[in-house]
Amino acid sequence: MAQDQKQPRKSDETEETTEVAPESAVAERKEALDDDVDAILDEIDDVLETNAEDFVKSFIQKGGE
Amino acid sequence: MSVRRVMGTEVEYGISVQGQPTANPMVASSQVVNAYASATVRARRARWDFEEESPLRDARGFDMSRQIADPTQLTDEDLGLANVILTNGARLYVDHAHPEYSTPEVVTPLDVVRWDKAGEQVMLDAARRAQQLPGNPAIVLYKNNTDNKGASYGAHENYLMRRSTPFGDIVRHLTPFFVSRQVFCGAGRVGKGQDGRDHGFQISQRADFFEVEVGLETTLKRPIINTRDEPHADPERYRRLHVIIGDANLSEIATYLKVGTTSLVLAMIEDRFITRDLTVDTPVASLRAVSHDPSLRTTLTLADGRKLTGVQLQLEFLDLAKKYVEDRYGADADPQTVDVLTRWEDVLGHLEADPMSLADQLDWVAKLKLIEQYRSRDGLAWDDAKLQLIDYQYSDIRPEKGLYHRLVGAGRIQRLLTDDEVELAMTNPPEQTRAYFRGRCLEKYAPDIAAASWDSVIFDLPGRESLQRVPTIDPLRGSKAHVGELIDRCSTAEELVRALSR
Repeated sequence: MAQDQKQPRKSDETEETTEVAPESAVAERKEALDDDVDAILDEIDDVLETNAEDFVKSFIQKGGE
Repeated sequence: MSVRRVMGTEVEYGISVQGQPTANPMVASSQVVNAYASATVRARRARWDFEEESPLRDARGFDMSRQIADPTQLTDEDLGLANVILTNGARLYVDHAHPEYSTPEVVTPLDVVRWDKAGEQVMLDAARRAQQLPGNPAIVLYKNNTDNKGASYGAHENYLMRRSTPFGDIVRHLTPFFVSRQVFCGAGRVGKGQDGRDHGFQISQRADFFEVEVGLETTLKRPIINTRDEPHADPERYRRLHVIIGDANLSEIATYLKVGTTSLVLAMIEDRFITRDLTVDTPVASLRAVSHDPSLRTTLTLADGRKLTGVQLQLEFLDLAKKYVEDRYGADADPQTVDVLTRWEDVLGHLEADPMSLADQLDWVAKLKLIEQYRSRDGLAWDDAKLQLIDYQYSDIRPEKGLYHRLVGAGRIQRLLTDDEVELAMTNPPEQTRAYFRGRCLEKYAPDIAAASWDSVIFDLPGRESLQRVPTIDPLRGSKAHVGELIDRCSTAEELVRALSR
């Protein structure tokens, strides 16, 4: 892709490509990360105890050691 | 020495009975231990031998009177609570209101991880077996240290040290190390203050429960340096440093670094290698300040006036340890010592640059990352019960429910061991210490063993009137090299005892 555009006005074109490429790469990576986060949270959602409030209230321990 | 020394961990697990919030935790803990014992301990169940226990012996050189001791400190009284020794050399028992597992004595940090993780599997197995009991109690165990309502229970470490090392040196050098090591071995906690009255995240489960710098207690006025002095070895030569300040870790890397770096620092103290004074002002307040700042920017004031973050203080110890290992061993340093140094440096570097990059290695970071993801997706405030739930459930030891386990399952947390390696350690003892003798004897001669403990195995042989006590006072004797062949050769306990008393 960058090769086709390289010939005529070299300086302009390279600037453009260096700007465009990372941006889309970052966007792609962010999308992948978002998907990644969604995937793990979906999985955790499935196993989390259902009534958080009740669970937290009843989690009572005695001291130890 | 290096990272190698005789050491181990003891972990009390949080316990709850599903659907029965008022269930008696001592009863539930006994059910867990007894269910495992009945299913796995063959024939006669050996008693724990309390003869050598002295929980009121203080490392500073005096004994506490039994009359003034808090009843919770009298750990040498046999209260009839469930208490068994396993064929891997570990002890599984009820301590107060929690089931507890003490690893057998091992000599490397990776072996601490191996038998500590084996303990989790023993507990998991035990809870599942307890569910078969009458009434089918659904007991769930948590490898954590607080209910965020004011109660804390321990995850202790034990290190065998030279008796000749002045205790003052241990206090001086170890205190700043313990104040700061939580930056990599904290387990993470939602809530601040012993009863969680303030909202927010902190690095350590235990920091808020420590109130004094040095002391004998473990259940109240908890000290950064605990002085309990029960060596379970020749007291002329050794002391056992009983460390009560750590969090219970799920992450294998966190446990590995916790014991590996601590063992190295102890080696430097024993060899009088630490000449820098890294004393911090107000250690108890500093401990909490480090824990309460997951951004890791809070600075501590040293006695020499310098201001360092917890990570920078750790970098001082790392620098000393690298010089120490280079000075003593050069290229001959053993691989685990080199590995501990490399990982320690790598982790501290990441903590300086971008702590969240360690979500695949450290418990507190993994937990915080998950919590931040929930906060950002669902817009949860810090007082939302769901965040507290995530904190608790991270430490649920069931692979299908525990969030640590779900993260491992999704390939998001690195491990040092395989499931198979951990499973082997549930039944097999380590080979380099007396735990080998204890474990093999229990595996092979269980019907003829009346009792056992860290420092003895007591045989009750057919036809003999008195019990035969085989002392195991030296932790490094009774290893596979010493007795492996002998045990292989002796088909009965009688033969073994006769061979040993020859």
